[in-house]
Amino acid sequence: MLQQTKSKKGTFLALILTAALLVLTIVLENTLDPNTNIMLFTTLKKGAVYALVAVSMNLLNGFTGLFSLGQAGFMLLGAYTYAILTIPVADRASVYYIYNGSAVNFSLPDLFGGADTVPGLILGVLIALILAGCVAAAVAWLIGLPVLRLKSDYLAIATLGFGEIVRAIFQWDALGPVTNGANALKNFPTFSSFNITNESGQVVLRLSTFVAFLIAAVCIAIIVMLINSSYGRAFKAIREDEIAAEAMGINLAKHKRLSFCISSFFAGVGGAMFAMFANQAQAKTFTTAMTYEILLIVVIGGIGSVSGSCIASFLYVAASEWWLRFLDAETTIGTFKVPFLRNGFRMVVFSIIIMIVVLFFRRGLMGDKELFDLFRARRKKKEAAK
Amino acid sequence: MQYAVSILLSGVSLGGQYALIAIGYTMVYGILRLINFAHGDVFMVAGLIMVYLSASLPLPVAVPLMILLTVVLGFLIERAAYKPLRSAPRMSVMISAIGVSYLLQNTATYVTGGLPQMYPSLPVLSENITIFGTSTKVVTVVTPFLVVALVVALTQLINHTKVGMAMRAVAKDFETSQLMGIKINSVISVTFIIGSLLAAVGSMLYFTNYPSIVPLSGALPGLRAFVAAVFGGIGSIPGAVVGAFLIGICESIIKGSPWSIFSDAFTFALLIVILVVKPTGLFGEKVTDKV
Amino acid sequence: MSENILRMEDVTMQFGGVVAVNNLSLEVNQGEIVALIGPNGAGKTTAFNCITGVYEPTNGRVSFQGEAMVENYPQGKMAKSYAGENQGKYTQKLAPTPDAITRRGIARTFQNIRLFSALSVFDNVLIAKHMRAKQNFLSATFRLNKAEEKRMREESMALLEEQGLAHLKDEVAGSLPYGLQRRLEIARALATSPKLLLLDEPAAGMNPQETQELTDFIKQIRKEYDLTVFMIEHHMDLVMQISDRIYVLDFGRLIAQGTPAEVQSNQRVIDAYLGVADDAEN
Repeated sequence: MLQQTKSKKGTFLALILTAALLVLTIVLENTLDPNTNIMLFTTLKKGAVYALVAVSMNLLNGFTGLFSLGQAGFMLLGAYTYAILTIPVADRASVYYIYNGSAVNFSLPDLFGGADTVPGLILGVLIALILAGCVAAAVAWLIGLPVLRLKSDYLAIATLGFGEIVRAIFQWDALGPVTNGANALKNFPTFSSFNITNESGQVVLRLSTFVAFLIAAVCIAIIVMLINSSYGRAFKAIREDEIAAEAMGINLAKHKRLSFCISSFFAGVGGAMFAMFANQAQAKTFTTAMTYEILLIVVIGGIGSVSGSCIASFLYVAASEWWLRFLDAETTIGTFKVPFLRNGFRMVVFSIIIMIVVLFFRRGLMGDKELFDLFRARRKKKEAAK
Repeated sequence: MQYAVSILLSGVSLGGQYALIAIGYTMVYGILRLINFAHGDVFMVAGLIMVYLSASLPLPVAVPLMILLTVVLGFLIERAAYKPLRSAPRMSVMISAIGVSYLLQNTATYVTGGLPQMYPSLPVLSENITIFGTSTKVVTVVTPFLVVALVVALTQLINHTKVGMAMRAVAKDFETSQLMGIKINSVISVTFIIGSLLAAVGSMLYFTNYPSIVPLSGALPGLRAFVAAVFGGIGSIPGAVVGAFLIGICESIIKGSPWSIFSDAFTFALLIVILVVKPTGLFGEKVTDKV
Repeated sequence: MSENILRMEDVTMQFGGVVAVNNLSLEVNQGEIVALIGPNGAGKTTAFNCITGVYEPTNGRVSFQGEAMVENYPQGKMAKSYAGENQGKYTQKLAPTPDAITRRGIARTFQNIRLFSALSVFDNVLIAKHMRAKQNFLSATFRLNKAEEKRMREESMALLEEQGLAHLKDEVAGSLPYGLQRRLEIARALATSPKLLLLDEPAAGMNPQETQELTDFIKQIRKEYDLTVFMIEHHMDLVMQISDRIYVLDFGRLIAQGTPAEVQSNQRVIDAYLGVADDAEN
């Protein structure tokens, strides 16, 4: 009973925190000048996208103990599904000009009145996001059948290979009328489409960052609820000891595949969000390097910690896109030219930091604890001190 | 006919180059049960070192120095990034390997400024010759022979020397061999040294066929070589070599067909099929878990 | 009406050329406590693994509650290299996964304790309730099953209280002392609501007093949960005191069976345990 009241308190706290965060994004976006603070908003949006993908990877790697490196592949599936379903019919000829128009001649927002109407935008984007996740999950279901029988590092390398295969298929010329070959898909609704404008086209209320946060927060909340459910416990049991889990009546194949599909579903949604963030979807961006990036976020945040993944993804994105930018610029102070600073140094410093985390702070920022656990531990300590 | 010969020639040569990388993967996996993701990047760095050294030094000095520096790099990577994690879960070591790969690629980008570097043309190797009416570089013909020679030497080392025996023992049972007084750290270092040495030789043969190197040049050959190692049965040196030749020939056939953009996808599809159908590969040993 | 709850017929397990369990046939009756003993390496744990689906036996049949549950015969390469007996007697293959067998009502513990060591004591028990839950992942995620979740938690809590582990429920399972880990593992097995409980060396590493406590504990849970217990054990005090019947295994073969008194006086058992003098063999 005690357990339940505790977890209720935790849920309540998390809800308040999330709500506060969402309000904060609206306030920030509408008070700060978006042109001078462009890095801040880029970081926030990309961070939200990466947080979702990192949490989805953590569900698999951290909570189920399946080391999969297929995240970029599933993101690609999601991004393309989203883009193909939402490019307005009117724009298709110009986007697919190389292939003389698209083979898919409908668009979800258009079905609901067009992307510039409120129901068209919201319903269209929402359904497209869900379908993006479903396509990724369906593919995960198919490849999960054989691949999930593999053990740790074999699973990793097979899923890595899967990502590369998906990328090659989507760049294939023969599929051009659907995927636009190696060219980018664009003109679909993005986060900025959610900014509210008045009749003269001026933005009255910026909601782009808010929307990114909202979608990510809802998805992460669902993952957290899953982790705290009976199924989440079964996943953890598999992570701890497969043989014991099986002896407790947990069907390994079924639960592993479930975890794999759910993780891929959210990676797909994350991929669609990435396309919304980048204003385009192109197969060549979803490389193995992207999977590695997300893996490193999970490691830095702590394998098995959702809040760790979220915090780490914002830190990671902020550091790599924003705070460490100065390392890439050649700088002279007076007549003194600061050594080493030139293009590419940022990433070197960055990878050294990552190696330090991997080698010396192996548990990452949070270990397998959540933000709420830390508060509780501190309170316990205080009580003990009294 | 001429076309077939040229495809086969380049396939065999490519296979030989992959074999040299694949041995590094397979030996490290055999001993540490670790997929050394950084191995492909060591191969790339070997190429870059060659570029820089040959710019200022005569080739007879540059080549051995390049090999030496690559070996030192391989040794240092093991000591700095893998040794501290000896008792950590396998996932941590693998992540560390990915981190090293990331570091090497980013450092290479920084040093080269992200610009492709011209690979020096090596005397003899880069010259053209004509075989069966097909014009090709000498390296294409030399590679398979060199690979076979190196593999024979390596097999001798493993089967007939003390350190080779230690390596076999450690591969069989890590803990027991430690208890038997084998210095596993030096055995592991030797493994990385041999792997890097072969990668250095491989990079010389491989990059001679290409005009330039970029920091990502190592990633794909590395992955293909890894697939070759798995194909042959990871942990087995002859397996890696056979697997590498097969992968090389397949790749060269596909590259010559209209399906060329699928050459990598094919390699990975092959990998998944092998892993699922016969995870022990052609020559691998079966391991069972004890309950 | 068949009284036996578990029946093994001609079960043979061959690994490569090694026959670990050879033509083993035995029965465990409803409500009994039966022990399987034998020297190290006799194939006792392998026999357990054949019952619980961890291994597929090479030949033979295991029936549970009068119904064939596991069955196999030498196939493919094994058909030629099979070194056991009764080839051709069995012709169908039944190989349920371990979880399906647990769901039928056979629970087990492990020789080298396998708890979910990073999880809490409470979660360890709660996980065992998962398989009997009717929810699917959607209803579980969106909390449409509050009543069921509540029931699972209450049942687990009640079980912990009965086993005297309630005060430890928030501890990390791996941090418990050895004896409590053993007890938790049994509690976790009980949480799957088994009809038959397989215990693999439950007293391993325990001192005489702990062993005595365990003896009482096993008797008590048999009564309370209406269980049949089949166990592997080396502690002869425990075995002789508690067992209704004993099977003795040596080199994979059954060499004796009977009541504790019968087994104790059996010459083959004494030989197997103490070894036969060299000159006696010649």
